[in-house]
Amino acid sequence: MLQAIWLIVRKDLTVEVRSREIAYTTLFFAVSCVLNFAFALVREGRPPQDGAAGILWISIAFAGTLALGRTFERERQSETLRALLLAPTARPAVYVGKLLGIIALLIVAEAILVPLVSLLFQAPLLAHPFWLLAVVLTGTIGFSAVGTLFAAMLVRARSRDVLLPVLLYPITVPVIIAGVRGTAALLQPEVDLGVVRFWVALLVSFDVVFVTLALWTFEPLMTD
Amino acid sequence: MPKWYTPVAIACGLMFVASPLLIANAPYEATMGLVQKIFYYHMPSAVMFLVAAIVCGIASARYLFGGSPHQDRVAWAAAELAVLFGIITLVTGPLWARKAWGVWWQWDVRLTSSLMGWMVAVAYLLVRRYGGPGSDKLAAGLALFGMANVPFIYISVNYWRTIHPATSVVPTLPVSMGLPLWFCLTAFVLLFVLLLKLRIYLEEERARLDALYLSIEE
Repeated sequence: MLQAIWLIVRKDLTVEVRSREIAYTTLFFAVSCVLNFAFALVREGRPPQDGAAGILWISIAFAGTLALGRTFERERQSETLRALLLAPTARPAVYVGKLLGIIALLIVAEAILVPLVSLLFQAPLLAHPFWLLAVVLTGTIGFSAVGTLFAAMLVRARSRDVLLPVLLYPITVPVIIAGVRGTAALLQPEVDLGVVRFWVALLVSFDVVFVTLALWTFEPLMTD
Repeated sequence: MPKWYTPVAIACGLMFVASPLLIANAPYEATMGLVQKIFYYHMPSAVMFLVAAIVCGIASARYLFGGSPHQDRVAWAAAELAVLFGIITLVTGPLWARKAWGVWWQWDVRLTSSLMGWMVAVAYLLVRRYGGPGSDKLAAGLALFGMANVPFIYISVNYWRTIHPATSVVPTLPVSMGLPLWFCLTAFVLLFVLLLKLRIYLEEERARLDALYLSIEE
């Protein structure tokens, strides 16, 4: 099981390192997203109050949607998803492998997004690096857990590019709320760690429930 | 269609015709006045919206793990009704809120979770309509995730602030207001059952027709 997961992650990373297609496009998209927010919202050098947390999370969600769509598109184009599903391994292993790949990619994107947002919107995002890491990481896991499952299910659907965001955003609302609130709490002049801890706890329980649910439903959902 | 269908449909129609009279005769609420009467349609439609969402979620789970096509049709019919009753709830709610709270919309826990639940139901129908082959399973998965989502939305928004009246207000209503409310709720329950039954019947007939076409081609 663990070996199967590792093999899938390694396969995806190898393909990605060689082509860098998804990483480059996602990163560029995320950066241009933040720049658009900067053009729209920064007036005479003054960023909007409390805007940074929302902008960071919207950019993560947008970039994540793009990356999710692309990872499975690649499997579809070369007809490898069938091979992956036919492989004599447990279906959940395929899911976890794909999930870890997406999380790794999004972490790379966030490593660029966080300093960029911090710079452009004059937000002290890095004042509490540990708590920021906790919020961002748990949020990313929750978003990717739902996203990976839906992207995998949509591979065979007709209008998958349109349907992925349509399905993903209503379901990931708690992640976005908790992520934005948790990050916004870190940006207050007087940081109340109790509030941050509440949101991280909510995100962790969301992650646990949705990863479990996805592991449980991946098998029946991916069977024809 | 079952034998009880026509009489119940007539009864339901009569109840909806009679309901404005009952509502008009109910006393005015002290602070909100006339606008409070929206409540007699708002609350029953909200209840039916919730029931439809629960029916859709349970039927989807049973379809996903049991594979019975009947459950799939139930889920589809319930999702359509969730969208329908959801629209009624989401339109009547702000009309009332404008008067009661002074704003059309508040990011209150009930409002937010209703809106999100409604959006999941709409997404469900979009998947069914545009998903192509295999969209039945996809939609079932969505419904299941949508159900699991509700407590999280509830907790996260509740952490902000809540101004929506609590449901505990209903048993404390005076009889003059309680009677029209329960009357309307019964009418909405009947409407829900009738529409659900009709919609499932329609899907079953369609499936039967498809099977007949297939057998002719063979």
